[in-house]
Amino acid sequence: MHADANRNGPLLMRLGVLLLFTPVVLWLVGLIILPHIELAYLSLRVRLAPRVYEPSFAQYRMFIEEPLYLQTFLRTAVISIVSTALTLVVCFPVAWTIAKIARNRVRSLMFLLCLIPFWVSETVRALGWTILLRESGVLPALLVSLGISDKPPELLYHDATIVLGLVYTSMLFMVVPLISALDSLDDSLIEAAYDLGGNSANILRCIVIPHAAPGIVAGCIVVFMLTLGNYLTPTLLGGKSSQWFTEQIYSQFITRFNWEQGSAFGFLLLGLSTLIVYLGLRLSGQKFTDVMART
Amino acid sequence: MIPSLPRPLWARLGTWGYASLFFFLLFLPLAVVAVFAFNDAPYPAPPWKGFTLDWFWSTNPQRVGLFGDRPLLGSIWTSTKVALWVTGASLAVGTTNAFLIERVRFPGKQALYLMMLAPLVIPGVILGISILAFASHIANLADDLWGIELEFLRPGLVLVALGQFSFVASITTLSVLARLKRFDISLEEAAYNLGASGFTVFRTITLPYLRPALIGSAAIAFLMSFENFNTTLMLVGSDAPLTIMMYGRMREGASPVLNAVSLVLMLLTAAMAIFMLGRGAKRQGA
Repeated sequence: MHADANRNGPLLMRLGVLLLFTPVVLWLVGLIILPHIELAYLSLRVRLAPRVYEPSFAQYRMFIEEPLYLQTFLRTAVISIVSTALTLVVCFPVAWTIAKIARNRVRSLMFLLCLIPFWVSETVRALGWTILLRESGVLPALLVSLGISDKPPELLYHDATIVLGLVYTSMLFMVVPLISALDSLDDSLIEAAYDLGGNSANILRCIVIPHAAPGIVAGCIVVFMLTLGNYLTPTLLGGKSSQWFTEQIYSQFITRFNWEQGSAFGFLLLGLSTLIVYLGLRLSGQKFTDVMART
Repeated sequence: MIPSLPRPLWARLGTWGYASLFFFLLFLPLAVVAVFAFNDAPYPAPPWKGFTLDWFWSTNPQRVGLFGDRPLLGSIWTSTKVALWVTGASLAVGTTNAFLIERVRFPGKQALYLMMLAPLVIPGVILGISILAFASHIANLADDLWGIELEFLRPGLVLVALGQFSFVASITTLSVLARLKRFDISLEEAAYNLGASGFTVFRTITLPYLRPALIGSAAIAFLMSFENFNTTLMLVGSDAPLTIMMYGRMREGASPVLNAVSLVLMLLTAAMAIFMLGRGAKRQGA
């Protein structure tokens, strides 16, 4: 019995370890690494004739030379940054209320209320905003009946609408890391600062924000990334004028069937997203795995 | 700032006023969607024309309700099938990954762990196009070399499921690993000392310990898959899952059927949430 176990033990162990490695290798190599190599390969070639290709930087040159593409890229980046900053500003007071002011049941209730809308599909949330904002929608009708406006204004299809939709759709990813960061701040530090003559503004600046920095950065990274890669909200709330970069990628890939150009765009988006994540982590001195585990 | 410090009345009012406004705006779009599912008008827009259940039950061809709308019901079923596959696969892989990281010592573990989390920072659209390009490459190769047509590597539900799985697996890995890390290994050692076999120990000690994390991750995985849009959009073939179908119809001009289906979804997610929270509360109470 014992001898048996000793003989089979290491072999079984090795077999078991092999079995544990198989899924992860299949997953990462088959669905992540090889597809991205394929994408890089596609982006670095140019089509000369049907089924004849040549290695080239033409796709990336096109991105720089064609103003529309570059503009769309920059526009997407700027709107994403603005939306991320606004999300932080909108969510911070609520996170503060939940973490520091609300007590017990009110606190759990508020936290739960923050989560619920995000269990509902983004499509449904976008539908809600279109019903509220479009020309024949609820808010324009309200403005007319209140006498604020003569005829119903079109509130969809503006940049501000896109920002609103993006902020709304990413709030959860900001609120949760903020609450957990603020939660760990000891109230007595704030009391002490107050006793020493600090006012709200400089307590916020010198104590609260430095303490909450990891949560702020984690929230901003995730929100920025999701915003940059979003497709649904900008196209539905921005309509034809949305000019969002993921839309460019979609139209190159699916509508025009120009996979080479689409791959190059994909890499540019991935590059920007990775750069921001990297900078955020460097600035706040956090490890990627910690941030991910927290959110 | 905090309750233990003196706060003027305006500050207290401001805090709660802001929080109320925040929650009002948070629920406003959902409430509007729900209300207009019952409006007796061909478009989900004001004015209110009276209450109707047509958008759920009507089979009148002028005004097809949700339960008479075959394509829409079909897309719900499509999404469910895909989500079940994604949930099963990502739970299995998430669990093996967690054991690999927690129990096996090997060089390069940290790097592998980083790789496991990487899909979370790759935009969904890019996961979609890269898998699309790679799958097509293999399918074309098979066609050129051996004349075999590998249908499942062309845009369709298999690719949609693979695309969603590629990042949902990261999430299940994280949540199963988080629980496994807190496991007291001496429980397993005790079972071994009492003569249990490896399989018995796993089945009677480790698996029951992991169950809450497994159920929680299953719920999250199902939801992530069911509601996914970005990755799905790039890989979808002729069978549209629900989010894609809703998106298509919204671009054509929404009919209140979409409100009806949204309301049903909201109620189902709420039921699931209450169930999950109930479980959590019971566990804490016990």
